[in-house]
Amino acid sequence: MGIFSKIKDGLTKTRRGFVSQIEKLLTGKKIDEEFFEELEDILISADVGVDTTLKIVENLRQRIKEEKIKDSETVNQVLKDEMKDMLMQKDKSLTPQEGTPKVSLVVGVNGVGKTTSIGKLAYKHKQEGKKVVLAAGDTFRAAAIDQLQIWGDRVGVDVIKHQEGADPAAVVYDAIQAGRARNADHLICDTAGRLHNKKNLMEELKKVSRIIEREIGTPPHDVYMVLDATTGQNALSQAKLFSEVTPVSGIILTKLDGTAKGGIVLALANEMEIPIKYIGVGEGMEDLQDFDPDQFIDALFANSGENNEE
Amino acid sequence: MLQRLSEKLQDTFGKLTGKGKVNEKDVKEAMREVRLALLEADVNYKVVKEFVNNVKERAVGEEVLESLTPGQQVIKIVRDELTQLMGGEVSEVNFSDQPPTVIMLSGLQGTGKTTASAKLAKKFKKDGKNPLMVACDTQRPAAIKQLQVLGEQTDIPVFSMGDKQHPADIAKGAVEHAKKNQMDVVILDTAGRLHIDEDLMTELREVESSVEPHEILLVVDAMTGQDAVNVAERFDQDLDLSGIVMTKLDGDTRGGAALSVKKVTGKPIKFIGTGEKVDELEVFHPDRLASRILGMGDVMSLIEKA
Ligand SMILES: Nc1nc2c(ncn2[C@@H]2O[C@H](COP(=O)(O)OP(=O)(O)OP(=O)(O)O)[C@@H](O)[C@H]2O)c(=O)[nH]1
Ligand SMILES: Nc1nc2c(ncn2[C@@H]2O[C@H](COP(=O)(O)OP(=O)(O)OP(=O)(O)O)[C@@H](O)[C@H]2O)c(=O)[nH]1
Ligand SMILES: [Mg+2]
Ligand SMILES: [Mg+2]
Repeated sequence: MGIFSKIKDGLTKTRRGFVSQIEKLLTGKKIDEEFFEELEDILISADVGVDTTLKIVENLRQRIKEEKIKDSETVNQVLKDEMKDMLMQKDKSLTPQEGTPKVSLVVGVNGVGKTTSIGKLAYKHKQEGKKVVLAAGDTFRAAAIDQLQIWGDRVGVDVIKHQEGADPAAVVYDAIQAGRARNADHLICDTAGRLHNKKNLMEELKKVSRIIEREIGTPPHDVYMVLDATTGQNALSQAKLFSEVTPVSGIILTKLDGTAKGGIVLALANEMEIPIKYIGVGEGMEDLQDFDPDQFIDALFANSGENNEE
Repeated sequence: MLQRLSEKLQDTFGKLTGKGKVNEKDVKEAMREVRLALLEADVNYKVVKEFVNNVKERAVGEEVLESLTPGQQVIKIVRDELTQLMGGEVSEVNFSDQPPTVIMLSGLQGTGKTTASAKLAKKFKKDGKNPLMVACDTQRPAAIKQLQVLGEQTDIPVFSMGDKQHPADIAKGAVEHAKKNQMDVVILDTAGRLHIDEDLMTELREVESSVEPHEILLVVDAMTGQDAVNVAERFDQDLDLSGIVMTKLDGDTRGGAALSVKKVTGKPIKFIGTGEKVDELEVFHPDRLASRILGMGDVMSLIEKA
């Protein structure tokens, strides 16, 4: 399985991965053009994107020159620091008022893992002793409500739902009332997958966000954009357009248990200043982890090419 | 960002076409832009490298630079090589002369397999066939229900044996059911799985050997980045794919993954998904995607004149 699903076995393997990649790049040669080119390839093959890759490499190049760095250990450290700096973004969650649950709106394009991540998040909060209510705001996709209900049953939390085809804003409105009445700590709202370039669907989302704002007095306390780690450069466009409709406070990066590296989040953090909050590493209830930049960067370099190279 | 690149590219090509004489440096500069455009479109970096080298070689090697319209010649080479990579002709489903034709859909989680099952079934029904959809996904919560809802929407029967049976047995049962009821196309919806998940890949091979599908299609999300090649390579190795369905092309992605997937598997892209609704499926046209990937609709028309 992928790197992140092995994390329970300790990080040594991925750590070694990062160091050995860089060492492999450097053994027997100087820090020359070829080194930078290979580094570029590694980053681009991890979906970091051309612009961000060039920026990382350029910064590294400069620091190596200015600080007269010669050994791979230091190059390794400097590179990691550069990337970590990019990933460290200010927290954007809002704090709920007394008597109101923390309302999270979960958005994203089709099939990225919104509903599943909500199930996992509910489980996580419940483990922490919190009371959770879910809102079945996807009234469009076939059996989306059933899917969330199964998650609700699995985790043991209430799901507020209407019929298929109902107005999602009305579902969310009801869920806020229910959340208050039941003294919930968290209300997590599912939404239908939608491509960010579809105006009418984005309008619908705006309406949901507005209802929440009207009811709780602030924008949703959290707006999570769920991003599939296999996504390439399109993620930037997704983040931009979703943010225009309802400011995204954090990314949930799913499917990192595969071979995709999810490097595009570097660009997202860097260009859009959106923090990465959680990572999804499987289809089970427990397969959600807090985002850890060190771990992520290590994984970006680990076994790079394992599946590329024959 | 994509916008900017596309403009730049058109600029570069514009310069190239406008020039009387083109030297090696001009070609190199233009190819640098092409390389960037392809990478921004999520074409795999190895495929990009090979592609750029091929074009460079041809552009510098042939009589191009001495010709009267060197700029056009280079652009023409780019287009030719790209269309070649995309696989030239239109390719559809091959129906068996001994019905039912069995079609299995496979792919990573959330790529659009279940939706594509219904879309294909609907298309076949419109073409006068009598299709059956089969719920072989015993993993995802409410997967069977999802297929049943789609079945109701399209008025196409769904075969299910619940989520406790092995998908290989479900597939077998479905084919028997189809034979008994004169249904001529059987579409197997399978659970999403990672290509590196040995257990689930084995399960898929078991489905395959139990009914020996005539078509095994890999469903790929058009927004996929660099990893598309790993996924496609592995599914093709394990299942010997007959083709690819590219979904979610109604977004603003360039869809470069299509190019990479075609390149590493050599298998044709047969259909594309252009929406969530069951009639939003189209037969794939390589040339159209080729220009979309480079983001050069205008440039393409320029080339037509070359
Ligand atoms: N391997 C893996 N699969 C995941 C992960 N998260 C979600 N999935 C799977 O991805 C598929 C889609 O997940 P959903 O939660 O239905 O995605 P969604 O964004 O709600 O989809 P729509 O509502 O249709 O837009 C399902 O098969 C999930 O089991 C993950 O972290 N790893
Ligand atoms: N915009 C758009 N959405 C699509 C397209 N094809 C599928 N979808 C959506 O993508 C999401 C996932 O589709 P599914 O058919 O459930 O995907 P799947 O591969 O069966 O997912 P799993 O069974 O969980 O692996 C749903 O929200 C679909 O409506 C398409 O061509 N365009
Ligand atoms: Mg969902
Ligand atoms: Mg499915």
